[in-house]
Amino acid sequence: MTLKDGKTGMTLRVDSIGESGLKERLMTMGMLPGTKIKVLRSAPLGDPIAIGLRSYNLAIRRKDAEQIQVTAI
Amino acid sequence: MSGSLSVALTGNPNTGKSTIFNELTGARQKIGNWPGVTVDKKVGYVRHNDKDIMIVDLPGTYSVNARSPEERIVIDYLMENHTDLVVDVVDSSNIERNLFLTLQLLEKGIPLIIDLNMQDEAKKRGIKIDVKKLEKFLGFPVLLTVARDGSSLKNMLNVFTSISMEGYGPSEKLQDHIAKAKEIESTVTDEKARQEQLIELRYAFIDEILRESVTFSHVGTTTSEKIDHVLANGILAIPAFLLIMYAVFQITFEWIGQPIADFVDELVNDQFLGWASETLADAGVADWMQSLVCDGIIGGVGSVITFVPLIFILFFCLSFLDGTGYMARVAFIMDPIMRRCGLTGKGVMPLMMGFGCGVPSIMGARALDTEKDRMLSIMAAPFLTCGAKLPIMALFAAMFFPDDAANVVFAMYVVGVVMAIVSTKLLSHTTFKDDNSTFLLELPPYRMPDMKTVLLETWDKGKGYLVKAGTIIFLGCVILWFLSAFNSEGMVEDLNDSFLASIGSVIGSLFVFQGFGNWEAGAAVLSGVLAKESVVSTIGILYGMPDISAEAEDAVETAEAMLGTGMGSAFTPLSAIAFMVFSQLYTPCVTALGTIKKEAGGFKWMVFAAVYMFVLAWVVSLLVYQIGSLLGF
Repeated sequence: MTLKDGKTGMTLRVDSIGESGLKERLMTMGMLPGTKIKVLRSAPLGDPIAIGLRSYNLAIRRKDAEQIQVTAI
Repeated sequence: MSGSLSVALTGNPNTGKSTIFNELTGARQKIGNWPGVTVDKKVGYVRHNDKDIMIVDLPGTYSVNARSPEERIVIDYLMENHTDLVVDVVDSSNIERNLFLTLQLLEKGIPLIIDLNMQDEAKKRGIKIDVKKLEKFLGFPVLLTVARDGSSLKNMLNVFTSISMEGYGPSEKLQDHIAKAKEIESTVTDEKARQEQLIELRYAFIDEILRESVTFSHVGTTTSEKIDHVLANGILAIPAFLLIMYAVFQITFEWIGQPIADFVDELVNDQFLGWASETLADAGVADWMQSLVCDGIIGGVGSVITFVPLIFILFFCLSFLDGTGYMARVAFIMDPIMRRCGLTGKGVMPLMMGFGCGVPSIMGARALDTEKDRMLSIMAAPFLTCGAKLPIMALFAAMFFPDDAANVVFAMYVVGVVMAIVSTKLLSHTTFKDDNSTFLLELPPYRMPDMKTVLLETWDKGKGYLVKAGTIIFLGCVILWFLSAFNSEGMVEDLNDSFLASIGSVIGSLFVFQGFGNWEAGAAVLSGVLAKESVVSTIGILYGMPDISAEAEDAVETAEAMLGTGMGSAFTPLSAIAFMVFSQLYTPCVTALGTIKKEAGGFKWMVFAAVYMFVLAWVVSLLVYQIGSLLGF
């Protein structure tokens, strides 16, 4: 599954991040393969979503979240 | 001990770095631009223990890969300027990600003082950092601060003046890490793979640091999470946002800003003007001089000064909200809506400022991620109803629609917003096509904003308005007065013979099909390019009401008086609407144009904005008048 399909409250582990302009920025901000992330909530119209990782929160659009392969844990 | 010391502050965004900078230097700071880019350069000064300390607040960045102008500035500054001390401000409650930048800087051989800020928040979140172990692990000095606590900052200054970095150097573990990083850099040739391996190496080392010197104890849901559950969650978030914005506008235009504005107006336009005209009369100056000072300068500059409180209060509210972290949530909840308009959620904050003044609004576009987002935001801001356009709307609405004035003014706000969206759509499909907009935004914990920071930011954004009053508007008033009082044969008795009438009638002829082809309207349009504040005062002068109030509050009174002048017959309700629509949309004032030139990066964008907005306004007001006529209004 990808992060796009993550439901609020789920804890996920990142498997890989697809090649895109965002990949290096995401990695710099601590999202690496193996990193645990939690889906916190989505904005009123369902997009973007807020996720928690490495003790901080980040907002990301679903379109970009689709690039992130995850496994539910 | 005496002498001087230079300190550079670096760190991630949202670490309280700017709060530290503001608390340390207070008002003794200079805000300029880094050469060649539109990034704020902040330098402040403080004297402590007989040393003059110069502090540079570098832009907050997550890394120094030199991908963005901010990152390039940080790394160039640190590599080229050998500042005595470099302080890396770390948000202790978010130490994992913050240490990434720390490691990157240490790899470059920059000796750091690591400041673990936000100690109070870390404690609340159950994060305990062993300072001694961290110092030993890295080999560099570690400080603890709570940015708003004076004693921890005093301690910081003490450290600045007493520390000697000579005694510190990378620990063995850090040396090992740096060696590994060097190896990756020299062996991996593919740029992408190299960066990714380096990032993984750094986070692996950070995990090691955390295991060694940080303990996390589980705490329940944080306060921020609870607040976000209401303010950034589900459908409730939008009414909550609207309610907060409504409160901001009420505070600005009703509860606090307007009463102060009224007071200033009374002070300038009644007391000071009265005093000045008496003094000049007593001194026996020539009539033209009297007229220049009282009608031209005090009338014109005074009408701008009365807006200053409104602008400052609005910026105060927005800076305050920004300081709490709420503005990041606004970007989050508004992103889907803004994106449908062709903009990004992060554009909400700069555009909100556009309801006060276009200049900081255009400058606020700096904070956006991509060139396309920045350009679109810059081009959208001037359509909004700034504080200076409001009196135009208020006067015309009160004169020609006395029963529905408030609704008409509100409709003009809507026209501005709708045209900003339409124009953005248009430009994003034509001029600024190719560029993928992305959106990655940290949602920092809610915090009580630091008042000093809020006030300094308010001042920084609002001061341009004061400068404008003293320069461009001053000059504009003098020119306008001259044009209205003279023609090629000298001073004129009748305004209809003045230069202004000749110029105004040329411009006015452009608006025959919009229903306001008279020379007075033409002259008002011209003066509006100097400053939108001048539109109402020009109209006042031209229709023989020189002491017209430029305040929205007095619009009803003014309107009654103005109806008795030629203005009542010069416009019909429909042509008044066409004029309001035109004023709302046309060419921004010269100050805003100058800002566009600077922020959009070129003369050509300034000319583009000026012409494009004029044409758009001309077409829309034409449609309004012609369709309105057909419908029989």
